[in-house]
Amino acid sequence: MIAETGLAALWLAAALALLQLFLAFFGLKGGKPELLPAVRPVAIAQGLLTAVAFALLITLFLRSDMSVLLVATNSHSMKPWLYKFAGTWGNHEGSMLLWVAVMGMAGATVALFERALRRDTHMATLGAQAAISLGFYAFLLFSSNPFARIDPPPPDGQGLNPLLQDPGLAFHPPTLYLGYVGLSVAFSFAVGALLTRAVDAAFARAMRPWVLAAWILLTLGITAGSYWAYYELGWGGWWFWDPVENASLMPWLAATALLHSVTVLATRDGLRAWTVMLAVVAFSMSMVGTFLVRSGILTSVHAFAVDPERGSFILVLLAIYIGGALALFGWRIRTVREGAPFDLVSRETWLVINNLLLSVILGVVLIGTLYPLMTEAFGHKVSVGAPYFDRIAGPLALALMVALAAGPLTRWRRDSARAVARRLLVPAVALVIAALMLAFAPVRMGTLPWLGLVLAIAVGIASLAPLWKRRLLRTPLFTYGMVIAHLGCAVSLAGMACDSAFTVEKLVAARPGDTIRTAGWTLRFVQILPIAGDNWTALQADMQASRNGGAPVTIHPQSRFFAAPPTTTTEAALLTRWNGQLYVVLGEEVEGNRWQMRIWWKPFVTLIWLGGILIALGGALALVGRERRGWLIKWRARRATEA
Amino acid sequence: MRYWLALLLALIAGPLAAQTALPPAPWADRQIPDAGQERQAKALMETIRCLTCQSQSIADSNASMAGDMRSQIRERIMAGERPEQIRGWLISRYGDWVSYEPTADPILWPLWLAPLALLALGLLLLRGRIVRRKDA
Repeated sequence: MIAETGLAALWLAAALALLQLFLAFFGLKGGKPELLPAVRPVAIAQGLLTAVAFALLITLFLRSDMSVLLVATNSHSMKPWLYKFAGTWGNHEGSMLLWVAVMGMAGATVALFERALRRDTHMATLGAQAAISLGFYAFLLFSSNPFARIDPPPPDGQGLNPLLQDPGLAFHPPTLYLGYVGLSVAFSFAVGALLTRAVDAAFARAMRPWVLAAWILLTLGITAGSYWAYYELGWGGWWFWDPVENASLMPWLAATALLHSVTVLATRDGLRAWTVMLAVVAFSMSMVGTFLVRSGILTSVHAFAVDPERGSFILVLLAIYIGGALALFGWRIRTVREGAPFDLVSRETWLVINNLLLSVILGVVLIGTLYPLMTEAFGHKVSVGAPYFDRIAGPLALALMVALAAGPLTRWRRDSARAVARRLLVPAVALVIAALMLAFAPVRMGTLPWLGLVLAIAVGIASLAPLWKRRLLRTPLFTYGMVIAHLGCAVSLAGMACDSAFTVEKLVAARPGDTIRTAGWTLRFVQILPIAGDNWTALQADMQASRNGGAPVTIHPQSRFFAAPPTTTTEAALLTRWNGQLYVVLGEEVEGNRWQMRIWWKPFVTLIWLGGILIALGGALALVGRERRGWLIKWRARRATEA
Repeated sequence: MRYWLALLLALIAGPLAAQTALPPAPWADRQIPDAGQERQAKALMETIRCLTCQSQSIADSNASMAGDMRSQIRERIMAGERPEQIRGWLISRYGDWVSYEPTADPILWPLWLAPLALLALGLLLLRGRIVRRKDA
């Protein structure tokens, strides 16, 4: 009964989306404004129904209802409850339902809380949101029904891919999807504003919090995914330039550019057409990413729910939405006047450089990801991977860091080059000192990590400069947000540079009783024992690790065997210190009781994800700060009129 | 009880784990004693694609074939071959696909030109948007 109710809720939600589209259309264009008051309640009801459908699917997974095909093929009654719960979205149908539910609820949130937008633009936005939702409802209901039954039900399920049986599954996909699909709101805003000719600073101020919220979640989702891959895949890598990673990076790059251009539009009423274009591109990148991941057209380490036949369905949706939005853009853009041009020395210029560099990186990632497909069409299989992306995106990202340092220290509208140079003096001195110190340090490092580390130090200092000589208590919260987010970029860059420059790797085949020494660590391999978890057994090594003669800490690298489906995974043992992470992986038995082990000491590697968290935190402070200020202004205005 | 169950399951799982343990490749997970040679080998491995996995380099893959290839690379480096020779040998054996490092093949030229073209396009679009200060 639960499955049927869920399916009914989905159909009803789809019908409401259709109604929402019609109400908005005829209300705005058909000369029936009396229809418009119904749009918001319908959007809210639609969002609630998708939430209900999603909650019902979770219930089916928690109950291990094997009469539902999706549960039978992706779950197992012996799994711990957390993985039954999170397993709901560890498969194609479930993750698409999550997508649709987030989209429905995002629409409902826009209907409920958006107050700043002009009314007709608001209605057109909700109509656009309904139009996008409809395509994904069709996809879900016609080709990916998560509630299909199986008769007779099997005695138990086939289980979830053991690589996914990790607390990361509970956090990473939902966060990433909230970000991905949250960008659909920016897309709908852009379409709504184009339709109602409302692209201006007020529109930008209304759109900014939605972009910011989606971007924060996307940042967190990518950071979490990177850390998860780092500890779960067991090779110490944190970014592989894999197609699925690129698929999540592209919307983030577009959203980051959008976040900065929307600020130019909100503050200076410039970059109108460009901002609208970026809003369209950002969500288009989410859809392209989903298509690449779901269709299995590109092979990936992280693709866990792939079906080539459904790829063509998504491709059609892509063509309709992206093509439609671009056509609308081309048709209406002439009605959007560009704002005033900028002075060469102004914050706007730095933000334009930011947008240019981010767009080029986005283009490079997109082309690099799709290039193997194109050459394959000509019968030539090539691989494009880390060597290409590092070499192209690396220098562009470093140039971006320079803009990041200088932008906040330059005034809006017009500034003097000499004043900007004076404000950048301290970071520049730090840059020179760091460069000299690293050049004479007794370590071998590549050019890119060296540049990265030097820039990270200088940019880290520069990012704090906007707070100098200000009264800290009176500085607005969103300024702190910017400072912390920019500092996060420098921190993350420092982590990346340290990891690639200073990591020490040691591969050994050790017997119990052996002692291994590497990078100041002493590891005593005590013993190896079998242990059992809820749905796995494992061989676990007991090792005592001590650094430079300090007190030993016991660590437990494991090699796990899962019965359903039969798979072996490595569970790395991680020992985190303030200055780095010890990473130990237990491999196979090579000969008489000698065990293969991989040991890494990774100085300051944790800064990569700490930086990611800081970036998201900065975003959150900016969001709260802006909303609070808007609320305060309104409150003061009301009090003034009452007095 | 839990302990015996674990042992039992470990025994059942044993053959499954053993299936991947093909004839050992001696240098698959063993470093070359010379640090410089190991660094060369490692750098090469990071740019060679594992042929049986999904989009991973052989430097970070558990597949047995990746282990064989790592072993091959280390042995050849120790025998004094240069990394680019070994890459050439791997490409002649498995095709361009095996190398993540884009070669000078004309089919890859657009890939290298793409960033420049994008940058030029961006600057073209910006032309006229940023003005020089008229009064100083």
